[in-house]
Amino acid sequence: MSEAEIYRLHVNGERRDVTDSWVGESLLDVLRDRLGLVGAKGACEQGECGSCSVIVDDELVCSCLVMAASAVGQRIVTVEGIAAPGTPSDVQQAFVDAGAVQCGFCTPGLIMAVHDLLDRTPAPTDTEIREELAGNVCRCTGYGRIIDAVQRVAVARTERAS
Amino acid sequence: MLAERDDVTLLAGGTDAMVEINDGHRRPQGPVVAVNRIPDLRSWRHDRAAGTLTIGACVTYTELMDPAIATLVPALAEASRTVGSPQIRNAGTLGGNLGTCSPAGDGLPVLAALDATVTLASRSGTRTMPVTEFMVGVKRTAIEPGELITEVTLPVVDGWQGYAKVGVRNAMVIAIASTCVVFDRAAQTVRVALGSVGPTILRCPDAEAHLASHVDWNTMSAAADDLDRFGTLVSDASRPITDHRSSAEYRRHAVGVLARRLAQRAATPAGPPGAPA
Repeated sequence: MSEAEIYRLHVNGERRDVTDSWVGESLLDVLRDRLGLVGAKGACEQGECGSCSVIVDDELVCSCLVMAASAVGQRIVTVEGIAAPGTPSDVQQAFVDAGAVQCGFCTPGLIMAVHDLLDRTPAPTDTEIREELAGNVCRCTGYGRIIDAVQRVAVARTERAS
Repeated sequence: MLAERDDVTLLAGGTDAMVEINDGHRRPQGPVVAVNRIPDLRSWRHDRAAGTLTIGACVTYTELMDPAIATLVPALAEASRTVGSPQIRNAGTLGGNLGTCSPAGDGLPVLAALDATVTLASRSGTRTMPVTEFMVGVKRTAIEPGELITEVTLPVVDGWQGYAKVGVRNAMVIAIASTCVVFDRAAQTVRVALGSVGPTILRCPDAEAHLASHVDWNTMSAAADDLDRFGTLVSDASRPITDHRSSAEYRRHAVGVLARRLAQRAATPAGPPGAPA
């Protein structure tokens, strides 16, 4: 069996060939090191911190725990693909407005987790937000402003829908 | 392929295997077979006539928390909700929990308490064994080379059941001690299984017999003295070690408290299935 694996991933609506990956390489490393998508961050590499969160086939996962080659044929969305280039998503804008970004390292993972949360639970309680974001560790903010940002989006989306 | 080669890595949710691979503790030497998108392994079925629920090995914790399954085996939904984070529960599978066979695996005490059976498939056919025989020791199972865990079958039990664990915070923790208690009203038996307090999941025959003979089966309630005795017998059945997460003494105490609390909760059920334990 050859060391280098060649396969094609479907990332942010584009087909991307991976030509220099090793068997067992994580989706996180392939996104960052092979495809140049450095939005997902690597910290713990064991699923504890959530900073590498991406969406694979509509499910929020830690990209560090996905073997990249096993995601062939699945739709992968990273923070780079969450909104049109140059335009923040409503969640990204709310993080800025609420002051939910400090050092910014956890932010891409949180943005993905919040989009996933609000897609499933459009009007979450603060307790629901805390439980759903339990896998995204932020060491700066103390989470208060992150929860504020999530509620701003929930309210804005509800107002827009009515 | 499994039958022909001994270098195949089976990958389910990846939440255990990828940690070892990322750390460099493990590097796949041969082909990796990702089984987590095989429809048969991702499905489950409720056999009403037999009173059983059969769950494919690659059903995720998120799926186990869905009301459709949670109403049939509430304790499994409760245990699933305590696993990691949404990200982990979207990937991690019940079959992977069995394959890893950590004494702290959250699904395992529930399977042991319910006398679940595990089905293994190989080229020569399938075999089914009690989960308590499948789990041999710390991360050791009865799986043979060439075999794949395909499904788990559990009885749908009439009576209260619950799961609780102790860890350093409410989310994202590996259990320091965990307990599942099942009341089987039809058989008038109580089943108790413990996690993280022995080399593998432990049942507690003495505690089970004691509570079954002292509980009022109409109300599921028991006298305070009997609940105390039940907790003590559960602690006595544990065989914990001291490690970096906790001391043996604390673990022995904690499983008794958890078991007593769960038994008490049976008489005062609160909240929908899958509600916080």
